[in-house]
Amino acid sequence: MNTTTNPTTTNSTATAVRIGCSRGLIELRQSFTNGGELLSHFLWPTLMLTVMYFLRDSALGSGELMLGTLALPGILGMNAAMGMVSMSQILTAEREDGTLLRAKATPDGMPAYLIGKVVSVGGGVLADLAILLIPALLIIDGLSAGGPGSWLTVVWVLLLGMAATLPVGAILGSVFTTARGQGLIQLPMLAMIAISGIFYPLTSLPEWVQWLGQATPVYWLGLGMRSALLPDAALTVEIGESWRHWETAGVLGLWAVLGLALAPLVLRRMARRESGSSMSERREKALRRVG
Amino acid sequence: MTTSDRVVLDVEGLRMRYGANDVLRDVRFQARHGEVLALLGPNGAGKTTTIEILEGFRMRSAGRVDVLGADPAHGDERWRARIGVVLQSWRDHGNWRVRELLAHLGSYYAPYATGHVQRPWNADELVEAVGLTAHAAKKIKTLSGGQRRRLDVAIGIVGRPELLFLDEPTAGFDPRARHEFHDLVHRLARDHATTVLLTTHDLAEAGKLADRIVVLAGGRIIADGTEDELARQVAGEDEVRWTLDGSHHTRTTPDSTGFVRELFARHGTAIGQLEVRRASLEDTYLALVREEETATR
Repeated sequence: MNTTTNPTTTNSTATAVRIGCSRGLIELRQSFTNGGELLSHFLWPTLMLTVMYFLRDSALGSGELMLGTLALPGILGMNAAMGMVSMSQILTAEREDGTLLRAKATPDGMPAYLIGKVVSVGGGVLADLAILLIPALLIIDGLSAGGPGSWLTVVWVLLLGMAATLPVGAILGSVFTTARGQGLIQLPMLAMIAISGIFYPLTSLPEWVQWLGQATPVYWLGLGMRSALLPDAALTVEIGESWRHWETAGVLGLWAVLGLALAPLVLRRMARRESGSSMSERREKALRRVG
Repeated sequence: MTTSDRVVLDVEGLRMRYGANDVLRDVRFQARHGEVLALLGPNGAGKTTTIEILEGFRMRSAGRVDVLGADPAHGDERWRARIGVVLQSWRDHGNWRVRELLAHLGSYYAPYATGHVQRPWNADELVEAVGLTAHAAKKIKTLSGGQRRRLDVAIGIVGRPELLFLDEPTAGFDPRARHEFHDLVHRLARDHATTVLLTTHDLAEAGKLADRIVVLAGGRIIADGTEDELARQVAGEDEVRWTLDGSHHTRTTPDSTGFVRELFARHGTAIGQLEVRRASLEDTYLALVREEETATR
């Protein structure tokens, strides 16, 4: 009874990738044409730039390294890691408001949704980084950036770092059903950032914290950024006095593989329990919370 | 109506159990191509559970379910593309614009167009069909409740579904919005031969919209038929009032015509102020539900 004119083997994956990318780009455009979100895109980089501007002349200890120089790669690394936090927040929120249920009711909707999120969140993070990085290069002397080698490092560390952290954010975000529960999940993520060596050198922390820090993708994101943007003189405060590119690629790669393998499974499990009634229950709860 | 004999929805022996509790017991009904079917029942009767099983959103405990030739528990994306689901939305996609969202969601269906079904629905035509042309460029979060609901319907039909599910579609509507919505459903069934399954606890709505009504109470189907058939199914609750020699009498009877004929034959002109009230569908429905509730107690 099926008189399909299309080839019966419609390539679902290709469709999902194409539609997911267009979905991500639409949402990315929306976030840059929306007053509130636009403010948040520029507020944080502006604050950071201001701080760095005033720090630009203070040296670290007796060394020749400037504090502002040291801070920039860390700030970049943290910004990139914050993509993980926003990913998890968005997932919880959109599960609560029914966006995910819509995706489930649409053919190829779930994979397209996930791809769209990676594009819009990842794209947003990259845009934020550019907003920060480009003026920073003009303000701060002593960054080793400029050579094609350091830019290449920035690019691969960022992309791999994004692949390592965004799926983790999606997994953490799908664990909790309400925005309130989501607040809890941010604590471990913020703790991860705190011990990542982004704010102060990991070598000045107790050894067990060093091990913990090195297990997180955030540390390696920060290290990769420092390796690209700082002169080798900054190596004195790093573990083993090395930029450890191979280890960086290895750990971030492992997180990426684990996350990308697990995220679809976890999301599918979560989506299986999604239905109109479970959503309206959460809506009732949320409205009671507000009202 | 363009109803044909082809069965597009077939449910048999459907059971849903939560713990030791049977929410649905031996539910059985069918819908034919192009038919508007209302699943009517009091709150908590299992309507939403039933429709979610048919939509493929919920696993059943037992029974056979066939929706457009497939088991919804294992429906693939091709099957999904032939189904429309109108969700009770809340605030999703708030930053999207009306036309933008419809065009985007429509693109998911394009690979599933067939020789006789053009997919998706053109976004501009769809916006017009649900009466949102004036709001097409607005952000969705700025829509009113009624407009938002019409957008939900538009999203449900953007893929030109062969079968459309509507769960409590007019909850929270004002009378005018309700009237416009009924029009829209009628047009879908008439012009596009869409089969529609809707749930409602509003009897008047079921009577107005549906070709056939299935009454669900206490997790079981207790009646199934057209409005007239249902009224006949619970026979004899007509009410007859009259006066005889100045005193008032009231009697309920299954055969009001026969009863009145007898009354006149016996008393002739002594009968006054005769009043016969036919059982309304509402009485029928209430009687059915009451019967079911006393039976399960």
